[in-house]
Amino acid sequence: MRRLRPGTIVLLACLLVLALLPAFAEKYYVQLFTKIMIMAIFAMSLDLLVGFTGLVSLGHAAFFGLAGYVLAFAAPQYEAANLWLSLPLAMACSGLLALLIGALVLRTSGIYFIMVTLAFAQMVFFLFHDTEFGGGADGIYVYAKPVAAIAGWEPFTLENHVHFYFVVLVLLVLVYAALRMLLASLFGRVIVGIRVNEQRMKSLGYRTFRYKLVCFVLAGVLAGMAGYFAAAQFGFVSPETLGWHQSGSVLMMVILGGMGTLTGAVLGAFAMILLELGLQDLPRIGGLDLAKHWQLFMGGFIVLAVLLLPHGLLGLGQLASKLRRKPVEARDG
Amino acid sequence: MAEAVLRTERLSKHFGGLAAVNDVSLEFYTDQIHAVIGPNGAGKTTLTSLLSGDLPPTYGHIYLDGEDVAALSADRISQRGVGRSYQKTNIFLPFSVFENCRIAAQSRRKSSMRFVRPALAYREVVREAERALAEVGLEHRAHETAASLSHGEQRQLEIAMTLATRPRILLLDEPLAGMGGEESARMVELLRKLKQAHAMLLVEHDMDAVFALADRLTVMVDGRVLESGPPELIRASSAVQEAYLGTEESGQ
Amino acid sequence: MDANTFLIQILNGIQYGLLLFLVASGLTLILGIMGIINLAHGTFYMVGAYLAFSLSQYFGSLWLAMAGGVVIAVAIGLVLEWLLISRLYHRDHLYQVLLTYGLILMFEELRSVVFGDDVHGVAVPEFLRASIPLTETLSYPVYRLWMSAVCLVLAVGMYFLIQKTRLGMIIRAGAANREMVQSLGININLLYRLVFALGVALAAFAGMIAAPVASVFPGMGNQVLIICFVVVVIGGIGSVKGALLAAILIGLVDTFGKVITLEFGGVQLLPQLSGMMVYVLMAVVLLARPEGLFGKRT
Repeated sequence: MRRLRPGTIVLLACLLVLALLPAFAEKYYVQLFTKIMIMAIFAMSLDLLVGFTGLVSLGHAAFFGLAGYVLAFAAPQYEAANLWLSLPLAMACSGLLALLIGALVLRTSGIYFIMVTLAFAQMVFFLFHDTEFGGGADGIYVYAKPVAAIAGWEPFTLENHVHFYFVVLVLLVLVYAALRMLLASLFGRVIVGIRVNEQRMKSLGYRTFRYKLVCFVLAGVLAGMAGYFAAAQFGFVSPETLGWHQSGSVLMMVILGGMGTLTGAVLGAFAMILLELGLQDLPRIGGLDLAKHWQLFMGGFIVLAVLLLPHGLLGLGQLASKLRRKPVEARDG
Repeated sequence: MAEAVLRTERLSKHFGGLAAVNDVSLEFYTDQIHAVIGPNGAGKTTLTSLLSGDLPPTYGHIYLDGEDVAALSADRISQRGVGRSYQKTNIFLPFSVFENCRIAAQSRRKSSMRFVRPALAYREVVREAERALAEVGLEHRAHETAASLSHGEQRQLEIAMTLATRPRILLLDEPLAGMGGEESARMVELLRKLKQAHAMLLVEHDMDAVFALADRLTVMVDGRVLESGPPELIRASSAVQEAYLGTEESGQ
Repeated sequence: MDANTFLIQILNGIQYGLLLFLVASGLTLILGIMGIINLAHGTFYMVGAYLAFSLSQYFGSLWLAMAGGVVIAVAIGLVLEWLLISRLYHRDHLYQVLLTYGLILMFEELRSVVFGDDVHGVAVPEFLRASIPLTETLSYPVYRLWMSAVCLVLAVGMYFLIQKTRLGMIIRAGAANREMVQSLGININLLYRLVFALGVALAAFAGMIAAPVASVFPGMGNQVLIICFVVVVIGGIGSVKGALLAAILIGLVDTFGKVITLEFGGVQLLPQLSGMMVYVLMAVVLLARPEGLFGKRT
């Protein structure tokens, strides 16, 4: 039998804690961790672009938010949507949007790419903000959580917060495993090659545009999955869900954890949301409500993190393992 | 003589007002090494980039198997059997030496849109990468990072990657630069062997290697072809002596 | 649409475009010369507007407020470049995005701490309060004409600075080839600091003169930032000429998008979707010329 690496052991231990959490945690914490795991899926989808393919997208929330709107439309007032129909539909819509936007934005690179992804996401923002069908600037409610009924049989109900938690946990593990598999595949090797040296990939005969586009669409579909469950959990979608603050904060999760590592993206999601909560808990000093102005500290934290933590949180741990670092083989962790 | 596999016709590349490559018409045949020499800034690397599709020509034609490919991008040229190695080492530094060659070999599959099976399970790709590494003599370094190789070894890897794509036509931009005597001799042997099944453009400053290997020589100066012909003719040409060879020899 | 309304919309469009140009020209120079993608650039527009609001109350004069505001903006630019931006030159764009995103959060929240989250108005100066009557019901405010005139003067000034002065020559060379400027033995750090401060001052000034017509409100900078990205993408990075052309184009498209009615198959497209128009324009430019109208072809 292969000996488990220390990283794998830590990972399995974390998974065990997450699996046992609902047994001892209050409802509030179960829901909080559900939210975090949803954002972790979102962060991994962005890491596929930023960390593995080298595409810095500042408009990733568009695919996240769109899926939420699809769920809202699929659930007619006070009636629940069917999970097995509406989830694939929402993911497909996000994928289609990613295909459209990707085909345009991937014509550019570098600084242009960053600006153009931001701009197109903003276009989607205005589509929902300025029109009536999505509730305009006020957004739209998802009154009932989707039902997971197959021909009358319901294996679980999302109205139950513990069920919801486990569904998201299973998805998180599945997405993680699927991405690990993807990164070790022929396709995965190509996208990492593109990040390292796209020009050389072209001269080796790869039509890099195609691979980048497929990757962009895959990332969009996964962001859609996260957005769907986020909307189901909050019971509400608004243009802000696909706004650029959302894109900025998920990008921060990826970087904070250490980009180019899936575990880093998950770690980043946990760190960012817990930090956010911590800041929102700040005391009042004199006439100044620090908790109300928590974004001030978040901004300061981001600035400091960029200056002091160039390799993210995982980078702290890597200092130790740098000495026995192994080259990149046809796998990535 | 058989028809040229690769042929250029009045090929030119202008950067702003500067003609880096000017009216160059050359031919390349299988089992021939066509060496291009000339002083720095003569346009040799630009010529290589035009042939490999890395740069689009300003005007002129490139015929590959009789078909004009001047407008094609680098990836399409590569898929038609043209392999290029770069003067400035152009490899995947964070990858292992083996992975550099494996990704090169993988490019010959019809598609890499395969998402499930691990890349290492494609035995034929792995074998091809190992073959290319063995050919340049780097198999013992296969599992080091490319960044940890010496400069000369990186040059060898550069060639191995090109070979792993199984090209019919090789465009080698200073393959010997930075190599030690032993590595260099080995590479000259390899190029001589490869000549049998390949057409080859060799840009090289090492005159001993050039005259040992080349079947045909072209001298470029200021983007133009000064002289082109068999090595004996070039050696004898007074124009070349004056413009290039003389200064090169006295400079060394 | 009758001739008078048309005229008013043309004037509005050009005025909006010129205002965008002030913000976008700094953005495109910072991108082109320093290679820095600055998300906080729109924030400086907001800073300018709030400076106009607070200083005009303090001094009782918008003119003094503007003079003081520009000085403060330049100081902010110099300090930020020295303290933070200068550490980003050799870092990946990703980190530039994040750091300047962090700056946005901080500036927005500081604004909230100091001024609260209400919308504020800034009074138009006395002698520009008049309107020029066009018909019995339509008139055009003098202040907007004055805004356009000031922007035009600044645009001409920029043209002169960039085309005719030594600093401008260095800036042009820097936008075309950064390494070259370094090799010319020019103090590149000083150049960067000046360019950044100039960009901040231009954006803040745009916010100041816009304050009386656009009012002063939270998040006003981000709206402008994204439109300015579109301007830079359409015009081409580093091209001031491109920024001017693209800004006016966008000003006109945006203004007319709001007043033209367009239906397709019974569904109203305009003005309902006018907010999307500029992005559609950008998509078209990307399809035709991904490097922008005046960008360098790679």
